[in-house]
Amino acid sequence: MKLAVIGAGAVGRSVVELAGEYGHEVVAVADSSSAIVEPDGVDAEAVLTRKAEIGVVGDDDPDDALAADYDVLVEATPTTLGDAEPGFSHLKTALERDRHVVLANKGPVAERFGDVRALEADSAGGVRFEATVGGAIPAISTVEDVEPSHVTAIRGVLNGTANFILTRMAAEGLDYDHVLAEAQDLGVAEADPSFDVEGTDAALKCVILSNVLSFGAAADPSSAREFTLADAAVSGIRDIPGSALRLAAEDGRTVRLIGEATGETVRVAPRLIPENGTLAVNGTQNIVQIETTHAGRLNISGRGAGGPETASAVLGDVGRLK
Amino acid sequence: MTAPEFDGVDGVDPALGSASDPSPDGGHSPEPSTHTVRLELVDEPGQLLAALQPIADSGGNLLSIYHERGNKTPRGRIPVEVDFEATEERFEAIVEALREAGVNVMQAGTEEYAEELTVVVFGHLIDTDLSDTLTRIEGCASASVADVSLAAPRGTEDVSSARLRLEARAGETAAALEAVRSIAEEKGLRVVEPLAGVEA
Repeated sequence: MKLAVIGAGAVGRSVVELAGEYGHEVVAVADSSSAIVEPDGVDAEAVLTRKAEIGVVGDDDPDDALAADYDVLVEATPTTLGDAEPGFSHLKTALERDRHVVLANKGPVAERFGDVRALEADSAGGVRFEATVGGAIPAISTVEDVEPSHVTAIRGVLNGTANFILTRMAAEGLDYDHVLAEAQDLGVAEADPSFDVEGTDAALKCVILSNVLSFGAAADPSSAREFTLADAAVSGIRDIPGSALRLAAEDGRTVRLIGEATGETVRVAPRLIPENGTLAVNGTQNIVQIETTHAGRLNISGRGAGGPETASAVLGDVGRLK
Repeated sequence: MTAPEFDGVDGVDPALGSASDPSPDGGHSPEPSTHTVRLELVDEPGQLLAALQPIADSGGNLLSIYHERGNKTPRGRIPVEVDFEATEERFEAIVEALREAGVNVMQAGTEEYAEELTVVVFGHLIDTDLSDTLTRIEGCASASVADVSLAAPRGTEDVSSARLRLEARAGETAAALEAVRSIAEEKGLRVVEPLAGVEA
């Protein structure tokens, strides 16, 4: 497959670097201000070096990458809320040209799932978005394999930053502010950690899963219930005192930021769970637990973020498009 | 501290042993069986005896009394657990007699408060009157506060945490949680709820 990679953050760069290993060819790369289009395939190493050294990927205009002759558009620009732009327009342009789209950007499927499905229905191209939920964890394809109508609920730990903070607080008996500063030093938390610690990121993932369940189980997709962030009940981990974790530990429990998606409700909140239970993953690990009607409970844990990890989910999606 | 046992041993009256016919399905069994009631007593002399009297008077056979003197309920009273043998019919009469005598029966039999749930609450617990918070949780018909642990490492005026073990009536844990949630919201406290139904 010929790929156009839009977005040159950690995920976009890893897709450029690893595409060849998966048997694909990158014909265009764009970041927010520049692009490179090479119909015979870009030189991945040269593009990445240029990005690292002078901050641009090439001499072309970003629009040239969108107009390039590709099979699959990989949308890896930062997640935006509300109208999900510019990611949504990138997706729209590709589908209108009957090309496939693989998303790493959560915005379009969290905020405009119905619009995405409607555009897809009118296109010869398909849309896949495994990388938007749980990084390397094959959450969406597992739900598709089990079939959404046979999944009753999905829950899990879907934000590595929040999980790292809770794990460290419990292990070291430290307070939130102290551990947050440590996480920022380690690069596990961003300078503005709001998106992660307030539960927004985990909520977007649960909203996407709810959309997958709702649209997947509906006989007629146009009548399926659509979820957006506004439908989620979200409570984060900011301000949890160390004493709360200590009291939980005294009772054989711990606290994790748990997201739940049922196809009817979306909820993210710190919850008490057994200290040695399946969901109590440590550090930046993620876990997705899928409750099914006939296959029991499935647990998949692994790395929920990171360039190569998320790129592996993107390239897995590319492989599923034929 | 467990008081010495009365009459029967291990809850089995030797006189009944492997006795008579098995009871027919349905209806009240004429055979006595073991019952447990949890009472809440005011810490005053004579209260325990007064509470035991209706049990003996109504034909209950006392087996054991667990008098948790060191452990007070959120209302500042003393929890007492009493085991006795009685037929189903007599058991109901005993609970009624206890309530008529003004004894607070927190739990009678096994099904009243069948489900336990633990929550952690944090915020300005002490400034917002923790005992009022607990009393109001108790005031909701679905739940009773069985146990409270408080951690206030930065003193009473800062943020503190409490772990509450609630006993909820069968099928009413959602209502109990809702009560905790609304009291907490009103007082600006936050609740870490259990992930219910997931023994994971």
